[in-house]
Amino acid sequence: MTEARIRWISGPVLRAVTADVFHAQEAVAVGAGALLGEIVQLAADEIVAQVYEDTTGLKPGDLVSGTGQPLSVRLGPALLGHIFDGLLRPLDTQGAFIHPGLGQPALQRFAFEPAVRVGDTLGRGQAIGTIGTPRPQQCLAPPGISGVVVTVAPAGSYREDEAICRIRRDDGATRDISFAHSWPVRQPRPLERRLPIGGPMITGQRVLDILFPVARGGRAAIPGGFGTGKTVLLEAIAKWCDADIIVYVGCGERGNEMAEVLDELPKLEDPRNGRPLMERTVIIANTSNMPVAAREASVYTAITVAEYFRDQGQHVALMADSTSRWAEALREVSGRLGELPGEAGYPAYLSSRIAEFYERAGRVSTLGGREGSVTIIGAISPPSGDFSEPVTMHTRRSVRTFWGLDRGRAQARFYPAIDPLQSYSRDAEALAQWWQIQGNPAWTAQRTAVLELLTEQAHLERMARIVGKDALPAPQQATLLCAELVSEAVLRQSSFSEVDRYCSPQRQTAMLSLVMRFVELARAAVQRGVDPERIAAMPMRALLQRIGEQYGEHRIADIGALWPQLESDFHALERAQPAAPPAAEAAHRAP
Amino acid sequence: MRPEVTFEASVRRVEGPLVFVARNADLGLNSMIEVVDREGRARVGRVAALDESTMVVEVLESTLGLGVRDTRIRVRNEPLLFGVGPGMLGRTFDSIGRPLDGGAPLPAVRRMRIDGLAINAARRALPRDFIETGVSSIDLMNSLVRGQKLPLFSGAGLPHDRLATQIALDARLRKGEDAGGFAIVFVGMGVSHDTAAAFRDAMASSAALEHTAMFLNLADEPATQRLLTPRYALTAAEYLAFVEGRHVLVILTDMTNYCEALREVSASHGELPSRKGYPGYMYSDLASLYERAGCIQGMPGTLTQVPILSMPGDDIGHPIADLTGYITEGQIVLDRELDRQGIYPPVRVLPSLSRLMNSGIGAGYTDADHPALANQLFACYARADHIRILASVMGEDSLPEVDRRFLAFGRDFERSFVNQQGRRTLEESMAIGWRLLRGLPAQELTRLNAQQLARYLEVSPHA
Repeated sequence: MTEARIRWISGPVLRAVTADVFHAQEAVAVGAGALLGEIVQLAADEIVAQVYEDTTGLKPGDLVSGTGQPLSVRLGPALLGHIFDGLLRPLDTQGAFIHPGLGQPALQRFAFEPAVRVGDTLGRGQAIGTIGTPRPQQCLAPPGISGVVVTVAPAGSYREDEAICRIRRDDGATRDISFAHSWPVRQPRPLERRLPIGGPMITGQRVLDILFPVARGGRAAIPGGFGTGKTVLLEAIAKWCDADIIVYVGCGERGNEMAEVLDELPKLEDPRNGRPLMERTVIIANTSNMPVAAREASVYTAITVAEYFRDQGQHVALMADSTSRWAEALREVSGRLGELPGEAGYPAYLSSRIAEFYERAGRVSTLGGREGSVTIIGAISPPSGDFSEPVTMHTRRSVRTFWGLDRGRAQARFYPAIDPLQSYSRDAEALAQWWQIQGNPAWTAQRTAVLELLTEQAHLERMARIVGKDALPAPQQATLLCAELVSEAVLRQSSFSEVDRYCSPQRQTAMLSLVMRFVELARAAVQRGVDPERIAAMPMRALLQRIGEQYGEHRIADIGALWPQLESDFHALERAQPAAPPAAEAAHRAP
Repeated sequence: MRPEVTFEASVRRVEGPLVFVARNADLGLNSMIEVVDREGRARVGRVAALDESTMVVEVLESTLGLGVRDTRIRVRNEPLLFGVGPGMLGRTFDSIGRPLDGGAPLPAVRRMRIDGLAINAARRALPRDFIETGVSSIDLMNSLVRGQKLPLFSGAGLPHDRLATQIALDARLRKGEDAGGFAIVFVGMGVSHDTAAAFRDAMASSAALEHTAMFLNLADEPATQRLLTPRYALTAAEYLAFVEGRHVLVILTDMTNYCEALREVSASHGELPSRKGYPGYMYSDLASLYERAGCIQGMPGTLTQVPILSMPGDDIGHPIADLTGYITEGQIVLDRELDRQGIYPPVRVLPSLSRLMNSGIGAGYTDADHPALANQLFACYARADHIRILASVMGEDSLPEVDRRFLAFGRDFERSFVNQQGRRTLEESMAIGWRLLRGLPAQELTRLNAQQLARYLEVSPHA
């Protein structure tokens, strides 16, 4: 083992002298408590390391020992359903307060069912068998290992580190394989090839799925000032999106938010299979008061875990809340290393780090030939909500979907507070086909119509501010009315409503189609001289405004049944076109 | 307690608050040190950086009068600790936890690290218990729950001290308060003598003083100490909450002074400044204070924080307010315009927010219709605010009838709901809320369901 002695220490950064050979980014154990650290700079006889834990009590002369490995995490069946710190050490087995020097997790036993026999050839990335946790997982050899099966354990229960299979490689060497293996977090796991966009990742949030969809294996960013609902939206997606596995990393965020997720997830059921949502979730928590250097590592830990499940042929969604705290951790450590600062004090390599991170997303064919994907959704916390700051700007260049949150909407408690004019999705075009197959051939047209309506609304509201709403011509008043209806009925969705927190693609299609038909009829009616005030007073409008709350997943057919009513209401409106202005009367009649 | 060791003439250089000392003791990072001047006066410091020959000691008090040759160093090889124990309530302490009231020294039963340990996120319990502050704009619209950290964003000259005092006096649980279990820790950072005295008098006059512990760092005390005051106070609060099992409300005022001290000390260390000269780690540093609020599974007490900060230039985008907002669970924003109109408390409802509200209100906690009512009032007030802009351009008379009703609602909301004299129960606040909504057309109230419309606003569900 290589050794060094601390020469200088300040905060999480130390310098140590050594005669041994250390390697760049090697993990080290520091001091009596064997605190975990990582080498960040090397010289002939000196190493510079950042320590991932509280360095109180460390002093010159203390031992730094090399592990010979880059910073790695142990990947295995014990991850699902649990919460870990930024270095993948379990938190649910720890006490109320976190002491430095957390150990590795206790080894657990899992049921195993072999899928190969002695003498079989095990190809790269091929499964050796299944591991029977509540949710069966595949037992994979570490990437790059292949050969002939020499021994394989019979079905039964084994400990995580027990060898369950021995293979002889082409060069004659044998290798034992157990459930768990470790992998360096900063190194992307290998894959066979990347695949083009397939279907969308359905988030269950209408404004996202309809207007700004993200593909499976896509990359999305949610920037928003504080209080705009980033975390609530991210949690809603984590709960209701149709990914197989969720990796949720709380990077430098609130402890209570983690507690909330932990409190809620076990109680919620996956709307697709009725299983508890917690079973498909891995939570990585590095709250804002935990050591800052581990905050930097936690994002890499999370993506490595996501890739591990991807390699099992799963569709994984990674939620990172918040990538700004990760960038700030980079800045803090960079500052302590005395590196030359770039924009806003961030290191000059910020942009390439962000790009590298998002590049680990993708829909792929794994080494074993299965289809898997990692979709990254990163929250950004721009200082004072200003999207022109470095982290938001660099992220914009790396993602395909951008969900900008707007403080004005959030203050009016209009959630999700997605600003439709600032947000975009470059995946939308490629996803139209999927919606067609799902039974909505008009998806592209409806989406375009909604976006146009919202753009026009912004323009007209500026006008109305100057001349007054009543001074606008009737068709423009109708446009404003319709835009408000689309916002209220379709785009607004409460994460706290048991009925409406999740919206399936079928219900989305039913709601959107009905509302867009209303828009069409309303505009046509105004063209034929109907007063917009009378449309505003229609009971059908009031009904549509509450449609998300009133018509849940089990009432999708009832939404379709509203069509004849809608048509006949408009018909009646035009037939009853009276000589005298009926607006006031209609208003009295309204609910 | 570990033995103390004293060294003579080991100081090599004094630079601002930093003292460079020869490393003739085997001390660890963050160890506590006492720097003793020639008159025998001890000043507390801590080891900020170490190499083989030198320790950099950050002196937490003034370095005035320290000499290089005649200064002694007294060391204890342990981090900064605070001896806590029963009998802290009713007492007043200085910036670094020494009794200030002339009373007996504190009988310490436990010595706790002042920088605390992070609460394990997996062991946190979700804050759920609604605290009734007696303020309508908080209780109904931005509810405070136990274990939450909810700051007051204020400005110089606004009545945040009065509001904080009022909350400290009036706050109570709805499910029968266990009076003996309630405690207040008041932390004054860089406050003036009169602010400290005013708070003390208010507490004394209501007999609340006996369950209050005060930590005072006055405006004329050194900046380095200001960084420690909240840490001593929160250590005391953690002891009261998680060892003695009390429900502790910590009021921290004024966080702006704390951040100014942080900037001052950072600059003296020669650190690279970030936004507006504040250090790049200000987010982490503030989080190390705010995140000490919470509830822990299996522990009876709770720690709730109400930090107060005066936004420089009333700018909510200023780094102090901005970073605080990113860490805390919402904010209550005070507004100069409302204050000028004589509305007290001048809470600006729209930018205010309580993130934990939804887990502490509704059926089983407060009232089943509380969430919907709050939501509807928000939406209507936001609309009134929007129309107000239109009205200022075109004049109120040229607005449509509906808009004029919203304008009237907005005015009423501020004058009879936000504005209040004395304490209101949640039921009283809700009754005012429903009354205000009655002035609006029912079809505009889209956040209420048919039953709520029928029950409170007497609108038949199928008109």
